[in-house]
Amino acid sequence: MKSLISITDFTKDEYLKIMRLAEDFEANPNQKLLQGKVIATLFFEPSTRTRLSFETAINRLGGKIIGFSDSSSSSVSKGETLHDTIRMVSNYADMIIMRHPMEGSARYAAEISGVPVINAGDGANQHPSQTLLDMYSIIKTQGSLDNINLFLVGDLKYGRTVHSLLMAMLQFENPIFNFIAPPELAMPNEYKMYLTSKGIRFFEHSEFTDIINAADIIYMTRVQKERFIDPFEYEKVKNIYILRNEMLKNTKENMRILHPLPRINEIHTDVDSNPKAYYFTQAKNGVYTRMAIISHLLNLK
Amino acid sequence: MEKHLKVSAIKDGTVIDHIPTKALFKVIKILKLEDCSQMVTFGNNLDSRAMGTKAIIKIANRYFADDEVNRIALVAPNAKLNTIRDYEVVEKRVVEIPKNIKGIVHCFNPKCITNAESIITRFEVLSDKPIELKCFYCEKITGENEMLFF
Repeated sequence: MKSLISITDFTKDEYLKIMRLAEDFEANPNQKLLQGKVIATLFFEPSTRTRLSFETAINRLGGKIIGFSDSSSSSVSKGETLHDTIRMVSNYADMIIMRHPMEGSARYAAEISGVPVINAGDGANQHPSQTLLDMYSIIKTQGSLDNINLFLVGDLKYGRTVHSLLMAMLQFENPIFNFIAPPELAMPNEYKMYLTSKGIRFFEHSEFTDIINAADIIYMTRVQKERFIDPFEYEKVKNIYILRNEMLKNTKENMRILHPLPRINEIHTDVDSNPKAYYFTQAKNGVYTRMAIISHLLNLK
Repeated sequence: MEKHLKVSAIKDGTVIDHIPTKALFKVIKILKLEDCSQMVTFGNNLDSRAMGTKAIIKIANRYFADDEVNRIALVAPNAKLNTIRDYEVVEKRVVEIPKNIKGIVHCFNPKCITNAESIITRFEVLSDKPIELKCFYCEKITGENEMLFF
């Protein structure tokens, strides 16, 4: 029995299998592989986007859903422990998909659950299905996960999506990383040291300028006000890391812009109609990727 | 020179020597000596050529398995264990920091699930100098100065 808790739980072969399955589901989105199966979606904190994506995936696979979308409507509000909720639900369902505000909660759930668990976000820790859909978006638009020049922009310190994507891309040939962030939100040293030890090229910038012309992928993230100790520092940088349509003039033809969403103002709406804007399609790719993850973990494909 | 032992000798049992003075009570706690029904004697702030000052514990009629004693390595990495039989040292051992730690230490991350429910903590030891413990659950790293013992 296999669960997906962290992106590093999967091997390179598994990443590639998920990519192939996602492509297959995109070509043929209604495959009733989950007929007669019940999947629990336990959202101890609300995340409408992620929940709808998973539930769409389950519905397209013909499965039935039980669960809750917010802990106030569950037994958690009566003081039930995560342990007891998981023990109970794993008796009912064939798989558990959960989001929980505490870090490590999904790993713990996988330990006590009798059925596979997919981590749909455990606090600021991991959200592996996001990374796999990011990878699917890259392979779909670039034709490969090798030789990608990846620009990560915004909050590179706390952003779990960028850390997971970085770790996953290291499995592929010859990645180049460009980090664009204010000093307060720079990529943590542990990742830079890891890249150095592996001999992988990376460059750090604090300006968001025409350096992006070298990019294959620009991965935007939100610079959140609450991350700054000094509100003045936030005011200084808040308008610097905004991507505007005019900045895309000389970017590569194949370049695509990704964003885990929700977007606030870091991508100006004038970018949306540019064919290089890919973030809404990326969200759609999430459904196929999640269908692939579910089928893989339940050995249906 | 006056020659007598600051902590009296035991006939049979274990002597744990070269414990840092600040770690004495942590060692007692980790080895659960509070619940030990045998004679336990200890001394703290004793002169030590190697350490300046040190602590020592003597436990009568009690012997420790390696995995049991390695639990104290986090607080007393240079501790020496002498097994005593009939007042003689029959075995000398050093402690080793295990590759994995179960229990003993709290995860320093307040948002870690192990701090919210009754879960036995688990860590992978990434480095022993300085100590870095990676939580099996939340994946955050607890450093030497952040270790809080159960």
